[in-house]
Amino acid sequence: MCPIEPAWKKVQYARHPLRPTAKKVIEYLAPDFVELKGDRLYANDEAIVGGIGSVDGYVMTIIAEEKGTSIEERIRHHFGMPHPEGYRKAMRLAKQAEKFQRPVLFLIDTPGAYPGVEAEERGQAEAIATSIKTLFSIKTPIVSVILSEGGSGGALAIGIADYLIMMENATYSILSPEGFAAILYKDASLAKDVADTMKLTATDILHFGVIDEIIPEPEGGWHREVTQPMPLIKQAILKALNRLKTVPLERLIETRIKRYRKMGLYFEDEESQ
Amino acid sequence: MDNFLDKHRSRVVYFQEKYRKRGKNNHKAEIPDQLFSKCPFCQELIYTKTLIEQAFVCPECGKYYPMSARDRIDQLTDSDSFEEIDRTLTSVNPLDFPGYNEKLVQAQEETGEREAFIGGWAKIDNIPLCVGVMDSHFLMGSMGSAIGEKIARLMELSIKRKSPLLIVSSSGGARMQEGILSLMQMAKTVALLTKHNESGLLFISLLTHPTTGGVSASFAMLGDIILAEKGALIGFAGKRVIQQTIKEDLPDGFQTAEFLMDHGMIDMVIDRKNASAVISQLLKFHEQRKNHVSN
Repeated sequence: MCPIEPAWKKVQYARHPLRPTAKKVIEYLAPDFVELKGDRLYANDEAIVGGIGSVDGYVMTIIAEEKGTSIEERIRHHFGMPHPEGYRKAMRLAKQAEKFQRPVLFLIDTPGAYPGVEAEERGQAEAIATSIKTLFSIKTPIVSVILSEGGSGGALAIGIADYLIMMENATYSILSPEGFAAILYKDASLAKDVADTMKLTATDILHFGVIDEIIPEPEGGWHREVTQPMPLIKQAILKALNRLKTVPLERLIETRIKRYRKMGLYFEDEESQ
Repeated sequence: MDNFLDKHRSRVVYFQEKYRKRGKNNHKAEIPDQLFSKCPFCQELIYTKTLIEQAFVCPECGKYYPMSARDRIDQLTDSDSFEEIDRTLTSVNPLDFPGYNEKLVQAQEETGEREAFIGGWAKIDNIPLCVGVMDSHFLMGSMGSAIGEKIARLMELSIKRKSPLLIVSSSGGARMQEGILSLMQMAKTVALLTKHNESGLLFISLLTHPTTGGVSASFAMLGDIILAEKGALIGFAGKRVIQQTIKEDLPDGFQTAEFLMDHGMIDMVIDRKNASAVISQLLKFHEQRKNHVSN
């Protein structure tokens, strides 16, 4: 692993225009990937790409937030910011995976859920809430990898997992540093200064017990050597799934709920216990 | 009635002070003892006792004052039926976030509460249930680890006692100062709610002004029945953020309770004064349900 770098540097790596997006990772992991579209309710949101593929012969449902690479693509993918129909498609495919007893792999890379009038009209809050709820009841193993930006509720909506992996320079945060600075200090330009206090790096997130594993990146960021970490990502996913598939499904759900039940730090006087 | 008034007067004063600080009303109230108070919305002089009797709805302009969690519990539940749980559960500063400790102490002093959420066991029209209320006077009702834990425990109590659950939300969303752990409280509360749901128990979610961000995008929008108070701001993304993204004006009434009802997101918009009657009726329906289907 490269030497410890300040959080803002990692934010910049995570957002680097040449950093591989989910599509590149899917190409490597599952060359036979077949994309399945639409939420069956309203539209096909391209901010989320979903389908079926096999990773070393292991068939799984893969659902990813995709930012796109060229300008045209980025616009088509809404810069990786899902609308409600994106989350609803994701949950349709996750339930399908449960039905056909294959695991689900989520690849996370989003600045956050799309902030727009139509997204609100179609129930952004409900879509995210229902996503989280669905993932707590799906009886099939779930592995998530935070590839680059883990932005707030937009990331959490597909981030409930039995095993959670994070790339070394990925970030996972309550809000973008810009939004955070705007809310707390009324000045988005302070983003650079608040990034450290936000504790959004992979090491911080591991420390808080939210993720299970960090995958190292090439020195100077993933964009410098795109293929280098790919075998590590594949190994980590397969290792986790091979372990998870031996767990009885009822226990899998129990353990998933317990894992999140424990999260948080607080204080309590003896008196009320 | 005098005791009742004393208990509530301080909160009316508190709200008015707070409102004044925001610069909307710069005159000090001239009336001694707060017997009368000036409505910050319509500037009319209101007999304070009337205001309290009217559930903090201005008798002149009809605007809703924000209610503290205690007032809300008094308004909704049978008198003296409320038994608080986890009273001493408080926030810590997991990120060592600068200024957070001071903010917590200040909010605790101003509101007299330990946290922005109060939960417990109560009765509505003699029907026992678990009730949790958020308090937007306390750091905008934002949800951090302590609140997540309190909500999780309230849901567990509700499962244990096989009782219905009512949560009244009023929150700006996840608590920024606790970073990723606040985000995880969305997952935590929904995890417990999934269990609650599987136990076949009723969850009524009452959304009040404001219910946004991480609270609307977790347990609050997952009620079996979702009620919202008239005119309340409810949504996911902040209005300013949306405006910056789309660069145009927002439609009239955007993100109000009425807007959400028109778009099929909630069951009904209610008047504050009818809240307990509506909730009581819904609770009664669910008490009787077992008689009508065979198992």
